[in-house]
Amino acid sequence: MSFKPVLLWSDALILLLLAVVAAGVWLLRHNETFRAPLRQVLASRMGSATALILAVYVGIGLLDSLHYVERLPDEPGKAAQYSGEVKSALDKLLSPLRENVEKTYSAPFATHLYAKETMTGPDGREVRDYPRLKHGGAHLADPDQEFWPDVLKRGGLGVLGGMVCWTLLILPLWQRGRTHSALAWTLLCILVVTGLLVALAPHYHVLGTDKVGQDVLYLSLKSVRTGLLIGTLTTLVVLPLAIGLGIAAGYFGGRVDDVIQYLYTTLNSIPGVLLIAAAVLVVQVQIEAHPELFDTAAARADMRLLALCGILGLTGWTGLARLLRAETLKLRELEFVQAARAFGVSRMRILARHLLPNVMHLVLITVVIDFSGLVLAEAVLSYVGVGVDPAMISFGNMINGARLELAREPVVWWQLVAAFLFMFVLVLAANLFADQVRDALDPKARGRA
Amino acid sequence: MNGLSVENLRVEIAGAGDRRFLPVDGVDFTVGADQCVALLGESGCGKSMTALALMRLLPEGGRVTAGEVNLQGDDLFALAESAMGGVRGGRLAMIFQEPQTSLNPVMSVAEQIGEALAAHRGLAGAVARAEAGRLLEAVGLQTDRLDAYPFQLSGGQRQRALIAMMLAGEPEVLIADEPTTALDVTVQAQILDLLKDLRSTRGMGLLLITHDLDVAREMTLGPNDRVAVMYAGQIVEWAPSAGLYAAPRHPYTQKLFAVLPRLDRRGERLDSLPGKVPAPDAVFAGCRFAERCPAVFQRCRVEIPGFHEVVPGHFARCHLAEAAANPSLSPYGGFGKGEIEGIPGRVEVVAAANPTQTPISPNGGVTKEGSEPSVLEISDLAVHFPIRKGLLKRTVGHVKAVDGVSLAVAAGETLALVGESGCGKTTLARAVLRLIEPSSGTVRLCGESLAGLKGEALRRKRAQMQIVFQDPFSSLNPRMRVGDILEEGMAALLPELDRIGRAHRAADLLDQVGLPTDAAGRYPHEFSGGQRQRIAIARALAVNPKLLILDEPTSALDVSVQAQILNLLADLRREHGLAYLFISHNLSVVGYLADRVAVMREGRILECGSAEQIFNRPAIDYTRLLLDSAPGQV
Repeated sequence: MSFKPVLLWSDALILLLLAVVAAGVWLLRHNETFRAPLRQVLASRMGSATALILAVYVGIGLLDSLHYVERLPDEPGKAAQYSGEVKSALDKLLSPLRENVEKTYSAPFATHLYAKETMTGPDGREVRDYPRLKHGGAHLADPDQEFWPDVLKRGGLGVLGGMVCWTLLILPLWQRGRTHSALAWTLLCILVVTGLLVALAPHYHVLGTDKVGQDVLYLSLKSVRTGLLIGTLTTLVVLPLAIGLGIAAGYFGGRVDDVIQYLYTTLNSIPGVLLIAAAVLVVQVQIEAHPELFDTAAARADMRLLALCGILGLTGWTGLARLLRAETLKLRELEFVQAARAFGVSRMRILARHLLPNVMHLVLITVVIDFSGLVLAEAVLSYVGVGVDPAMISFGNMINGARLELAREPVVWWQLVAAFLFMFVLVLAANLFADQVRDALDPKARGRA
Repeated sequence: MNGLSVENLRVEIAGAGDRRFLPVDGVDFTVGADQCVALLGESGCGKSMTALALMRLLPEGGRVTAGEVNLQGDDLFALAESAMGGVRGGRLAMIFQEPQTSLNPVMSVAEQIGEALAAHRGLAGAVARAEAGRLLEAVGLQTDRLDAYPFQLSGGQRQRALIAMMLAGEPEVLIADEPTTALDVTVQAQILDLLKDLRSTRGMGLLLITHDLDVAREMTLGPNDRVAVMYAGQIVEWAPSAGLYAAPRHPYTQKLFAVLPRLDRRGERLDSLPGKVPAPDAVFAGCRFAERCPAVFQRCRVEIPGFHEVVPGHFARCHLAEAAANPSLSPYGGFGKGEIEGIPGRVEVVAAANPTQTPISPNGGVTKEGSEPSVLEISDLAVHFPIRKGLLKRTVGHVKAVDGVSLAVAAGETLALVGESGCGKTTLARAVLRLIEPSSGTVRLCGESLAGLKGEALRRKRAQMQIVFQDPFSSLNPRMRVGDILEEGMAALLPELDRIGRAHRAADLLDQVGLPTDAAGRYPHEFSGGQRQRIAIARALAVNPKLLILDEPTSALDVSVQAQILNLLADLRREHGLAYLFISHNLSVVGYLADRVAVMREGRILECGSAEQIFNRPAIDYTRLLLDSAPGQV
């Protein structure tokens, strides 16, 4: 075998999460209370379109979670040796992008570097000019003449390819009447963009290159996993704490409420960044003190990412918990809760059946708003130097790098724009999707869509 | 002309998609100086929307599509918005239902009245303050309340302050939208008296919007006063109150009177008004009431009835009224006075028992000792809430919400607990159910004391008593299907039933309370208020209770729906031998349903006796005051 799969801790968590979701769906597949809202979300225009976009993001993230190390060329008499560099399935797919590294910055679709260099011309004289790129547009003999025809030709082919794929995919569905226009158009957009990228990206740096010449498109795609991980794992840490403590504080009141309030007031009164920075530094020291636990740099970066998620989660539950406590205080006096108490329904059941579903809209809205906040928080923390590992590709590190680039003259804008575009589409899709879910879960709004 | 005249007013509200709602569809009336017009109708008939249209305060998406409103010769719909601002709150003022929310909580009374004085009369400073003081005196408040903030005032005082604010602009016509609905009966009587006084001393026109037949009657006793009965966006009957209450001409009005519960209708089934008010986007070929009308005939379904003058000054929108107005016209003939049973008025009870009375007869003021064990025995029950102050939350005193109450309810008996808001009746109910821990005293249910019961024993005991709440909108979990709501109690208290047994029983219960069986799969918001109250009753019945605590079960409902619920309660009492602890502030409902009545005030029971005795020979002044405050007595 020329490679060996590697399971990082975060990969394991992702697999576990997937397994839980799959098991949940399997168990609830006949449950009408669960299916009806789901069907409504997927049947609505906005719901199906945003679900598709999210699926693309999740797909990229999952591909990027299949890690492996390559086997080094055999040396006789020795056991198989593996490279220390952990790669993912996405890296494999994007290997032209990964390997086409330039010297430094280059603009999107550029054929020349962004900085002048002293070169020795063919006649032996030294000139200061923008050198040709090693990979971007390297196949063109005369960029000034051939650039546009080449881009148009390749782009046209890509668009065509995307449309053909779309037709092949959509026709059978359309014939069975299983789809509607919003979904079809979204799919078309995605496929056309994918076609364009597939056709152009191996030959040009579609989104330019960064300071060390890495392709920005590659960086953006790699950042998706980091962003999704931070958003999802942190939310998974936040939710049980916020929901459990918030509702318990609101419903039980008295001592329970006092203790929980004390807890979050204390947490809130410590400046957030400081607390996170301190915790991250502690974790970092621990990681560095035990190098034997991590066999690769990727494993170390991964552990640091997980620790960051945990810390963000442990410090980030207070806002939602306070919101839920207030809402529960209101709800517990409502008569349907009183009626349930009069029936002797157990406390846990009242919390789960009567209170939780009625605060779920708050949870959803807060989680989605926080999701974008978390990705941004990562950027802020990277700026302070306590975010994810500097070697790890993330939106935060991209934005952090862009800080200096924006001060350059002429300005290097593409890294920031790329990070912005990818995050914008992700967060917007997640927001709109959550809106649909909330409407579908609300019996009053059901059927209105 | 004098006063306010409304001609052919039509209001349209744009709904989702292309739906167009017509909550008000061709309304004409006039309100002259020193005249009171009562706009009477059930919820959803368009009476509030009429008032908002007059004020040009229609909600988003609403607009006036036709009609003209004249105030002393000025066409209100032709005025520019800036000019309308001067009329609104000035020449045409409006007071609202909820005194809690219609005053700004962070402004003192003087400041709020001062705002109106500055806007409409240009007064400021000491002059304005003096005038505000005069206005407060006019509405029966002391001038030292000028610097009070709304939270320092009681509900009645707030309503008075609001009226003072509205008087600041010296209105020619005052619109009062359910001004007393949120108030206690004694306070209601004071506010109604105040409105009457102000009307005659200031020569103001008064447009009173109400759902309460008795309030409408109380306010329109004068010879010029009129009652307008609204149904589905139209005025269906227009008459002086003497004529209307003596002989209502429209079948809808007749039905409204017939569904009213009263002491002298005890044991009778209340008349019911089937169906519901048509949706505001319904299209009508004939009469709007045809679907529910007991006297409907072919012509009603195809021809829109005219507004006929039955007797001078008494109009009704009914084909039968045309016949009555001109008997030679129609072979159907009119309906005379003979058809109208029972005119609401002062409750009079014949001492002899009503022959159709329910089998459980009230036996004077005492429980039938020895004969039957009491289902519920409360002795010296007290609920005190500690008042905590300071950093360490030391208890500095107690609010005595319930302060030593002793009561007993026999099997199959209905005991009514009557009292004004804040008297502790709801707290008492919750303490009985152990939703609140009582401070002292004992509650015995079926002979067994509830105090000290815990866990399983308490749960089993809970099956014997259940509660139905006032507000059918907050008493059902909006996120649970009706079937799940009904089965929840069974799952907790009847463990012997399995899933299928519970579903069967739920279907059975829905049938008993008169709901379709497919209701189990739907969510509560798909049902009307009355239907939701039926669901709440079914839920309580699910665990076979012996005692049902009814906490104002009909006060959030329209009178026609109230009649259905009261009938249902009477049926269930007969079929299951249920005992009711019926909590209410509505004396006519109590008079209709209760065997015995307990009058409660400030946490104590003042008087307890048979319904007949309490209503006819009250022993204490407070009971007499409650009875005398009920509106609509002639």
